[in-house]
Amino acid sequence: MNSITVKRRHPLARFVVLLLALSFLGGTYALLAPGPNQADAASASGKLDDVAEGKALFTAHCATCHGMNGEGSFSKGAASGPSLIGVGAAAVDFQVSSGRMPFANPGPQALRKRPPDWVNETTIRQLSAYVQSLGGGPTVPAAEAVDPAKGDPAKGGELFRANCIQCHNFAGSGGALTYGKHAPALGPATPTQIYEAMVTGPQAMPVFNDTTITPEQKRDMIAYIVGLREEPNPGGNGLGRIGPVMEGLVAWTAGLGIVVLAAIWITAKKRKVTR
Amino acid sequence: MSLDATPKAIAGTSSYIDDRLGAGNFLKRNLRKVFPDHWSFLLGEIALYSFIILLLTGTFLTFWFKPSMGHVEYDGSYLPLVGVQMSEAYASALHISFDVRGGLLIRQIHHWAALLFVVGLMVHMLRVFFTGAYRKPREFNWLIGVLLFTLALLEGLTGYSLPDDLLSGAGLRITQGVLLSIPILGTYLQFFLFGGEYPGEDVISRFFTIHILLIPGLLLALISAHLILMWVQKHTQMPGKGRTEKNVVGAPFYPSFMAKSGAYFLFTFAAVALLGTFAQINPIWLFGPYTPADISAGSQPDFYMGFLEGSLRLMPAWEINFLGHTLALSVLIPALVPLGLVMTGLALYPFAERWITGDNREHHLADRPRNNPHRTSIGISAITFYGVLWLLGANDEISATFHISLYTTTEVGRVLVFLGPALAYFITYRVCLGLQRSDQAVIHHGVESGVIKRLPHGEYIEVHVPPAEDLAAHIKGKAPIAAVTAGPDGDGIPPKGLRSPIGRLRAKLSAEYARDSEAISLDGGHDGHGAHDEHAAVIAGSPGEGKSIGH
Amino acid sequence: MSDHPTNGVQDTEEPRVPHRVIGTPVQAGQATLGAPPSAVEPIVHEGVEYLDERSARKAERVVALLFLVTFLATVAFIVSYVVFQVGTIEKTQISNLALGGTLSIALLALACGIVIWVRGLMPKYNLIQERHTMATDPEVRRHVNEVFLQGANESGFVKYKLLRRTLLLAAAPLGLLPLVLLKDLGPLPGTSLRHTVWKKGTRLLVEGSGQPIRAADFNSPGGILSVVPEGHEHDLNALAKATLILIKFRPEDLKSGTKLNWTYDSIVAYSKICTHVGCPAALYEQTTHHILCPCHQSTFDATDGAKVIFGPAARPLPQLPIGVDGEGYLIAQSDFNVPVGPSFWERGDAEAEARGQA
Repeated sequence: MNSITVKRRHPLARFVVLLLALSFLGGTYALLAPGPNQADAASASGKLDDVAEGKALFTAHCATCHGMNGEGSFSKGAASGPSLIGVGAAAVDFQVSSGRMPFANPGPQALRKRPPDWVNETTIRQLSAYVQSLGGGPTVPAAEAVDPAKGDPAKGGELFRANCIQCHNFAGSGGALTYGKHAPALGPATPTQIYEAMVTGPQAMPVFNDTTITPEQKRDMIAYIVGLREEPNPGGNGLGRIGPVMEGLVAWTAGLGIVVLAAIWITAKKRKVTR
Repeated sequence: MSLDATPKAIAGTSSYIDDRLGAGNFLKRNLRKVFPDHWSFLLGEIALYSFIILLLTGTFLTFWFKPSMGHVEYDGSYLPLVGVQMSEAYASALHISFDVRGGLLIRQIHHWAALLFVVGLMVHMLRVFFTGAYRKPREFNWLIGVLLFTLALLEGLTGYSLPDDLLSGAGLRITQGVLLSIPILGTYLQFFLFGGEYPGEDVISRFFTIHILLIPGLLLALISAHLILMWVQKHTQMPGKGRTEKNVVGAPFYPSFMAKSGAYFLFTFAAVALLGTFAQINPIWLFGPYTPADISAGSQPDFYMGFLEGSLRLMPAWEINFLGHTLALSVLIPALVPLGLVMTGLALYPFAERWITGDNREHHLADRPRNNPHRTSIGISAITFYGVLWLLGANDEISATFHISLYTTTEVGRVLVFLGPALAYFITYRVCLGLQRSDQAVIHHGVESGVIKRLPHGEYIEVHVPPAEDLAAHIKGKAPIAAVTAGPDGDGIPPKGLRSPIGRLRAKLSAEYARDSEAISLDGGHDGHGAHDEHAAVIAGSPGEGKSIGH
Repeated sequence: MSDHPTNGVQDTEEPRVPHRVIGTPVQAGQATLGAPPSAVEPIVHEGVEYLDERSARKAERVVALLFLVTFLATVAFIVSYVVFQVGTIEKTQISNLALGGTLSIALLALACGIVIWVRGLMPKYNLIQERHTMATDPEVRRHVNEVFLQGANESGFVKYKLLRRTLLLAAAPLGLLPLVLLKDLGPLPGTSLRHTVWKKGTRLLVEGSGQPIRAADFNSPGGILSVVPEGHEHDLNALAKATLILIKFRPEDLKSGTKLNWTYDSIVAYSKICTHVGCPAALYEQTTHHILCPCHQSTFDATDGAKVIFGPAARPLPQLPIGVDGEGYLIAQSDFNVPVGPSFWERGDAEAEARGQA
């Protein structure tokens, strides 16, 4: 018998094979899973004023779905988008800076992705100015209004639990919505984006306007959210901070795995016979 | 160097004890008690040792925990909650986590041990089921086990609720909703359990007493009874060389089994300690204090309650109103039926099987699961049923992680909960028969030796050799499944007890249960092409017979 | 356990057992001499396997090393306890890692050490013990039966009828006492499940901040607020029934299921307590106008009187009649007209009754 044959019959061989198969499957999935698309590399240039420049950008990148003048397109098909009149600069800044717009992948909702190359601070400002000019709406908050250091995380936590966690989960890890939509994890969102999401209500998210949840309260919530995600997990790995599902999985795999391996070792027949 | 005389200290102490208790006879009988060796026989010990760890860590936790729902304003070390209104129970759980050295570690070990306790119970129970180790004379011990399992679920539920955080509160709220749905008594039960309207001010302290006194006491008593019965009846053993229904083969209790058990306790402890160190469990500070007004996405119970959560999610709306009363079937059915099916099924199975097979013998040799295909299929189908419900208990996480529509997961689940068990039954049955056939092949044709031989007429064959002695003995341990004789017994008249409709049903069930048991025989020369002889010929080194082996 | 001779046991290899093994019987019969009801002495089945002296020494060294590791880890645990204090999240993290790490190493090394000790240094052999049927033999059973009958007759329980009956009479209610005593566990439900603390004029407050809501301020369609009744912001018993979800619609979105005269300026208030088992049904999608309960995914159409469109809930979320007070703040016009939250036996078809009254 050659050595492979011997190893093949080792009591642990089947576990090794199983492990290999599982990691192969996982690897294949990771390779085949859809990744972010490369967007067009068109870049805006020129020294015109922001609104005019924004309109040019809009015509190039947004008008296919949102209409030539931002009035929206309600045709049934891939290229339909809501009216942008009155959504305000905050909505544009949120959607474009987080890469959700332009909407590239068909799917139940726009996902955060790396923005296309033409997107930068200037182009976003120009685009926002143009959309703001269409019918007003919430504006981009000042840096001070979203500074986590100026908020009270304890007060923000209470508002966060009352208004956010039903969708975004207690640690901002995200959660399921209907028809394949989901509330995204808050991890990658910047304080400005969090603020803008609250005032504009992107996609399925409801609106929390400044007259009912004041800007100071929003800053408290931002302070809580930012503190939460920077907070270490004192008890070890956070297991995704999604609650008992992961804990059960770990108990069955790692927990049971360790003790069963120990049981196999303790009761294994000695293979080497020496007298 | 070896010990020739017992050291004075031990001899003195033992005679002191023996003079008073007469322990000598007990020790004489039991020090060298034999324990069969098989890794799966240690699964129950996982639960046992987890329970001991739970008692130890739980005691530690009670030193600081305050089971009170009185309102306080938090002023401890966890800054994001400072100034927040909460119950004393939650505040003290935070205190244990952040202001007591080792408190967080012990809390996490306690929670991981609780999960491992139920995991251990489940896998142990499955081992006992699939090997038929619940059969006579061990039915009482099986029933004690089912009771332990039920109590463990209750213990988990009460313990999970104690910290009074937002997540555990959701579990409590669902418990209340389920209680309310019970016909006639529901509202009264709810008011008595919660001391009035939900959530009231009593439920935490009541659960505390139940969690640390009532159920652990019952568990301790039942576990002791479980172990004593096991000890008295001796452990079952796997079929193998020299092992019969009349003996027990294995290592002596003292010293080797004792040492192994001790080591296994330490392994279990180490496993939960590792988890408690490196995997954060139940981070209550992230959940926030309980209020019935709030809820988090992904609110799930601990895994062992997941199947109830899943069945509640699966159920379509159904409510009946009559004569001013309401029957909330979309709560009642999913909360009670799956649990009832699983627990009653578990409790009754030994008796049902005995009735069907009419097998009144004692069994000490464990069945290999493949050798009782119907039992194994029933088991796998029950696991599938439970598993589908359990999976559905996490359908929001599945939906969010894999971007599958939430309602699709529910609808698929509604079909799978019926289809899955049926499919599982069918597949398992075929797999069992296949495995039996492969055993048969090993016995009849031997195992591949890895030696290739060329026969005189040019054909290459792989030489098969008889299986190793212990392997063969293990396979040949297959016992036929008993059946009540229904058919014509010589004179064509079925026995009296089988003539009634129930008797006829029993006879049919019995025949089906034992079907295929005899068909795949492990005795010689069955399949008519003389393969058995061929091997003998090849092995004997006289390949002149000139036939291929083809296996 | 009764005594049986140990014949029939495979003890062919027994002579090969070295005499050094403590407790290994020399002869099968010897053990049972003298004391008749004693246990069956185990018989060595397979030969004892010894490692050669060199492997044994090596195993001993490994075991010793592991035991030493346990000792050191235990010392490190104590040192960690003293050195690493708690009090902040970061400190707790370090303390947990240090204490847990050292504890795990200590336990693991000790466990591994013992296993190597057993496997590498203790002789490995199988013993055989006889099993006997659990049933006692008929002779004993008969004897027990006789003793039982004798005792029963001596007690006179059968003979004295009056005694027997009054004893049963005395025992029966005794078992009921614990149940009677439990009565004061809680008050009787009465009609408390039918009412909430909302009444005409109670202001709606934002949950978490406690501010009253001016209707004119809550003016962004697609907006949502979690709302509690004024005066009961921290009263959990009240909140368990009275919490609301307040949604602002565009007027054209509202459908016939919603009671329009219970809304104010297209602001609708629904009970937040799910009609399934009572979780807060708090998840609102402004695009589909779905209210989703995160516990069991009952879904309600907020534009259409919160009627159920998916999931296990059987009834819509009750709507609360709202209006504004003199200062323009949102207030309740009355309590809910049906019981909120999960169904209960005495509930009945309250919706039909309410329709009948209207």
